[in-house]
Amino acid sequence: MESLYNQLLKDIRFVEGMNACMNCGVCTAICPAAEFYNYDPRKVVDEVQDKDEASIEALLKSETIWYCGECMSCKTRCPRGNAPGLIIMALRSLSQELGYFVESEKGRQQLAIKRTIGDWILSTGYCVYLDGVSIAWHPEQGPVWEWVQENKVELLARLGGNYKGDGPGILRKIPQETLDELRRIFEVTGGIERYEKIEAFSKAKAEEMDLQFDDTMNNEYFEHIYKTNNGSHTRGL
Amino acid sequence: MKQEGKIAIWKDYQKEIADDKYFYVRSCIRQNFFPASEVTFLRILRDELGKDVYEHPCHTTCSGIGYHGDVVPVETTMTVVARQFALMTESGYENYIPSCITSFGLYTEIMDTWHHFPEIEQKVRENLRKATGREFNIPKNLAHASDVIYKFRKEISAKAKYKLINKNTGEPLKVVDHIGCHYAKMFPSKGVGGAEYPYVLAGMIEEWGGEVIDYPERRHCCGFGFRQYLVQANRGFSIACSHEKFESMKPFKPDMIITNCPGCPMFLDRWQYVIKEMEGKTYGKNNEGIPVFTYEEVAGLVLGYDPWDLGLQMHQTDCEPLLDKMGIEYDPEDKYRTGAAPIAAEKFSHVKV
Repeated sequence: MESLYNQLLKDIRFVEGMNACMNCGVCTAICPAAEFYNYDPRKVVDEVQDKDEASIEALLKSETIWYCGECMSCKTRCPRGNAPGLIIMALRSLSQELGYFVESEKGRQQLAIKRTIGDWILSTGYCVYLDGVSIAWHPEQGPVWEWVQENKVELLARLGGNYKGDGPGILRKIPQETLDELRRIFEVTGGIERYEKIEAFSKAKAEEMDLQFDDTMNNEYFEHIYKTNNGSHTRGL
Repeated sequence: MKQEGKIAIWKDYQKEIADDKYFYVRSCIRQNFFPASEVTFLRILRDELGKDVYEHPCHTTCSGIGYHGDVVPVETTMTVVARQFALMTESGYENYIPSCITSFGLYTEIMDTWHHFPEIEQKVRENLRKATGREFNIPKNLAHASDVIYKFRKEISAKAKYKLINKNTGEPLKVVDHIGCHYAKMFPSKGVGGAEYPYVLAGMIEEWGGEVIDYPERRHCCGFGFRQYLVQANRGFSIACSHEKFESMKPFKPDMIITNCPGCPMFLDRWQYVIKEMEGKTYGKNNEGIPVFTYEEVAGLVLGYDPWDLGLQMHQTDCEPLLDKMGIEYDPEDKYRTGAAPIAAEKFSHVKV
């Protein structure tokens, strides 16, 4: 099998983000995730640039690579032009390609992101769509969101929207021909293949964990990955 | 430093912003949470400034949240973006304006990658041709929608009915500016003022009469973090980031927060509600929250638009304290009216922060 490091080199984000790290730690100092989680982007970059296969494999199976919020504050400040955030994105992609993501609690969450954001892209043409952002899943949205959801048709009309309408405008219906084009792009460029891998590896993991699994968002495995936090991830401030 | 030196340095942080004939693409998040902001952007550009802004009905998400949620491969996202550029090309436009900061950062990143790796651009062209039969030109000018409002801030000021001034004291309102991370942190030269001292919102605030607050965590992320909010188990990260910002800005007694990113105003608005629910703590005066606005909402208020036409009733943190300070007249009974039949305001009288 091709080395993990060489597989990372095939990702343009790794090529652009990984130059030579001198371990100054500025990325960690500026990183919001390092303030909150047991996370140190300097260490991640240093481990990767060592090219040690066992170490990279451990990273791909770890919680660590899922802590970054991809704000890219690290990119601004690195004096050597590295972008730890881009390196993280390459590691996350490879972790999913190889099925290693299901070995960590945070990694397993990829199925939840695929079945919400990922599937909405193909079914609606939007990453986020009003109908899917329920108050049950998003209690932090507060009473105003409950009101918005209850009155969305009238409210959007009052504000000048075009909810599920033809033509341009706010939350317009994306034509079927356009959705077909999006799907073909996903088929040609590996997007569908990525989705299928996330599904297949997740299904196998659900069986291993003895959790019920189906293709809806109402099953034991989805509920588990969406809500479980074992409490060991943060710095315990 | 001599003034000439400052001017010379500042020139490095200016960007070219086209002055007309825009191809506009919408934001997924904003269409759901701040729909009237995009309506207001078009109203200002078309009706107030007489600009040509075109929206293609077949444009879609750029897939950016899926990309930064790490479920959509980079090759796929580049090709979705290429399709958006193809729609612009087919429509006869060259100046591309995304409403979304995630999109703006993504377009910037992709155009930079194609510049340095032309073979990747060629591969994307092949993929797009194979999938859709479309061809595209790269935009001649790429600017975020907030760049455009910044460019025309003086024209807006000339038409202003209200200023960012406390009508009771005559003092400038104290304003926190929050810039979306992907506006300039990745490519500082692509944002007005760069990454460390972005001026895109500060320029609007100063022009419209307000005073910009500089506080320690001014450049800290709001806490979206993509997967850190999208998955319920991770939301502690998201609220912790916003909490850190609120604690840092509170001593400076801000009257309002203004943002240029789709997610940031929603998080800074909603997490204030959650912190009050969890800890009973608020960050404004009189047990109120700090009202949070998009730049179009603020521009609309300055121009004298009705607050409820601006969609301010969709905020969880009440906007009224700011409206009262600016002396803006509004009808409280009209707040929760959605159509022909008014909705009883008392039903939501508990919606206070």
